[in-house]
Amino acid sequence: MAVKKQIIKLKVNSSTHEIAIRPYDVLLDVIRESLNLTGTKRGCDMGTCGCCTVHIDGRARLSCLMLAAECASTDKLTHGITTIEGLKDHGVIHPLQRAFAEHGGSQCGFCTPGFIMTASALLHSHPKPTRDEIKEAISGNMCRCTGYIKIVDAIESVANEYQKT
Amino acid sequence: MPNLIGKPVALIDGLKKTTGEGFYTDDMKLPGMLCGKILRSPYSHARIIRINTSKAEKMTGVRAVVIGKEAPNKFGVLPISRDETAMAVDKVNYIGDCVAGVAADDEEIANEALNLIEVEYEELPRYLKSSDSLKTVPVKIHEHSQDQTNIHKSVDQNFGDVEAARKASAYVREEEFDFIGCNHAFTEPLVVIAHFDADDRMTVWTPQQVPHYLHRALAEVLETPMHKIRVIRPMVGGGFGGKSDPFPHEMIAALLSRKCRRPVKILFDREDVFLTNHGRHPTETKIAMGIDREGRISFLDLRAHIDGGSWGSFGVVTTYYNGVLSMGPYAIPNFRYSGKRLYTNKAPCGAMRGHGAVNSRFAMEVMIDELCEDAKFDPCDFRLKNLLSPNSKTVNEFRITSIGARECIERARAASEWDKKFRKLPHGHGIGVACGFYISGSAHRIHFNDLPQSTAHLKIDMDGGIAVHCLAAEIGQGSDTMLAQCVAEPLGVNLDRIHIFSSDTDADPIDIGSYSSRVTFMAGNAARQAAEKIREKLVNAAEAITGYSASGFILKDEQVIYAPNPGIRISFHDALQKALAKNGALIAKGIYQSPPPMGGKFKGANAGLSPTYSYQCYVAEVKVDPETLEPRVLKVWAAHDCGKALNPLAVAGQIEGCIHMGLGQALMEEMVYNRGNILNANFLDYRTLTPMQMPEVDVIMVESNDPEGPWGAKEAGEGPLLPILPAVANAIYDAIGVRLRSLPMTADKIWKAMHEKQATRKARAKAVVA
Repeated sequence: MAVKKQIIKLKVNSSTHEIAIRPYDVLLDVIRESLNLTGTKRGCDMGTCGCCTVHIDGRARLSCLMLAAECASTDKLTHGITTIEGLKDHGVIHPLQRAFAEHGGSQCGFCTPGFIMTASALLHSHPKPTRDEIKEAISGNMCRCTGYIKIVDAIESVANEYQKT
Repeated sequence: MPNLIGKPVALIDGLKKTTGEGFYTDDMKLPGMLCGKILRSPYSHARIIRINTSKAEKMTGVRAVVIGKEAPNKFGVLPISRDETAMAVDKVNYIGDCVAGVAADDEEIANEALNLIEVEYEELPRYLKSSDSLKTVPVKIHEHSQDQTNIHKSVDQNFGDVEAARKASAYVREEEFDFIGCNHAFTEPLVVIAHFDADDRMTVWTPQQVPHYLHRALAEVLETPMHKIRVIRPMVGGGFGGKSDPFPHEMIAALLSRKCRRPVKILFDREDVFLTNHGRHPTETKIAMGIDREGRISFLDLRAHIDGGSWGSFGVVTTYYNGVLSMGPYAIPNFRYSGKRLYTNKAPCGAMRGHGAVNSRFAMEVMIDELCEDAKFDPCDFRLKNLLSPNSKTVNEFRITSIGARECIERARAASEWDKKFRKLPHGHGIGVACGFYISGSAHRIHFNDLPQSTAHLKIDMDGGIAVHCLAAEIGQGSDTMLAQCVAEPLGVNLDRIHIFSSDTDADPIDIGSYSSRVTFMAGNAARQAAEKIREKLVNAAEAITGYSASGFILKDEQVIYAPNPGIRISFHDALQKALAKNGALIAKGIYQSPPPMGGKFKGANAGLSPTYSYQCYVAEVKVDPETLEPRVLKVWAAHDCGKALNPLAVAGQIEGCIHMGLGQALMEEMVYNRGNILNANFLDYRTLTPMQMPEVDVIMVESNDPEGPWGAKEAGEGPLLPILPAVANAIYDAIGVRLRSLPMTADKIWKAMHEKQATRKARAKAVVA
């Protein structure tokens, strides 16, 4: 028996979409399958790898563990969702996106969008993290290629740049 | 001075990945694409009496159903050991074995259809451990196994006189080691899209390390000529050996698509990935080793029982590698190896980073530490004394050319301040050392033919863009960037001119793929050779323009410069336009082929033969928590002989990644089974090292400049995993005085080992009193 779909409003990367969802659809599926924003990756479906990390109202969240319905915008409340595609500011590539590439913080790249979303939320709320604080912040993201060292290097380099400005 | 070689270069596809523009298989949707699902066996070992798919076929929204009998042709990555079928034909061999496939309009319908497939099974005796499979069994897993056992492959090799050497040795040790199975745990789950189109051509998109072997296997299973099949590799989200076999799900997607002529995607969840496995083999290793009074290794006697799971995969190679890759970097005059790979009713094991060499390397390096303790040798001095010489042969006739092992040991020793720390740190704090040795590409082809192992095509047209075609699979290790460097260097151009095409069997010439740490050495040489041919055309054009001799020109910074008088120069663009005139696009081809027969004449002489080998020496510093006994690795000094670091950023990334993966196996990773069920088929229960647990790494790149490698380069992708596990074990011994011979080295095993040691000591004390 097909479950009846409902229309919700989802504000993603500053655009508002009206999307038909089933009550149990998770945000990850809606982002990837309905909105075709495939930069957000699916690695485990149970919140263990962090590949699906997006921002919801500026905070890093695992989109595979969020119901799409929870993130719907209503007349009273607007939730802003940002994906890796929305991190570019008016066409300018985010400093973390450059830093991950330049420092070797991305090898196969599958986990990279999730790491960058986690790291950008960290630097937004906490612009001067120590190396240990960076490691703790990214502990929910899994990378199998880099051994994390160059990921921490990349995040630290951007934090250092922020501190200079 | 090279332009690009030896300088840190960001991956050429890096920004695509960091911005989310990177395109992976699951990111693709085709019009009319169906969802494919696989029915898996709930039994470890059972005969299929009957399958009824009629209810599933009649269900609305179901477009195709396939079962094993429809495609019974066997495949397998090694032609000498083909034992897989797309789906079980008359017998299932493990919990998770593929039984049927369904393609439906959406996932819910596909799942419901799977429930409607009726399968009647008759359970058979199951064999879950190596020891179950060694003896006479009532029902074999595969008909072709030896006698009435489940032995898949036996290797027996004997060089020199081990028995005589044993008698003559000053010190001899014999120990047993126990290794668990582990999984690659790449982040991108397995996924495939197949489309049988209106022209009767099959296209398969899949994250493959070896598109070429899949291409061959699809032809076998589909009974279709290879030219009617096209394999495309989108970006690959990590491989580590776990995407190097042709897989049943790839066959099933193709069969479903052929049946309904629509694109079919099969996307795995994490449990499916663990059920497909092909990870590191659980292994029981028995090792005896002796040394003489001067501290030279006199013999090595190795036995291994290797638990292969249900299929052959790379297992014949694994069986050889457990023996033949254990000796280097040491010169050992007497060597005996007896290895057996057993079929068991579990998910198949295969190749995983450091393939076949990791477990016996652990045993070997821990044994050296134990013998050094017995004979009072410093472990670094001992290793230095036993090294192979450059341009020599091992006892099993491996050709040794460049070897940077001495420099690896000396530099890791100095950087770690070994001499100040070894046996001198306070209790609970220790330091350990270990070496490594690995192939830099297999010289032997698994398909017996005379084709080059790698081919690269280059094309430059008037736009000045350089297209490089080569099927070497970029899997995140940076092979596209390496190819671009190998082409840019001879042509003296910037990397942004170069476009790599390495993903399409229709368009890109064969390279046998990203496994056996072969790509830099082989594809790098092929690409360089092609670029050198284009270079000839450009310097000839420069001669035609300037009147100066072609042989005097160098290509650098997008200029063609007359070296004796650098004021005479033309731009790359002008030289190119001249070369194109009356010719059209410049085309060149380069190939790599291993040197002619290199090894011995005995059975199995080809296994482990490589045009060159990589060498490592790591020192690890460890603290063991006095309360929890949790070992914590503080720092690793990692010296690796990569011949020449074409791209130091990528080499360091490989070394650090290897340390992460090796430490996982050393400290926590383990596939846990109960009665044939995998209990931890997810990333909550299958734990890998987090950023908090990853130690500081001092990467030391040793450049031995291999005479045959491109600009001297050798591998850096797998060898750097080998030494970290035994270095940590030896450091734990230095810290708390207990030997661990079983992986992973968890706190509970340390506790047990400490208590056993205390009990032995007390018993001895009692005996003395009595």
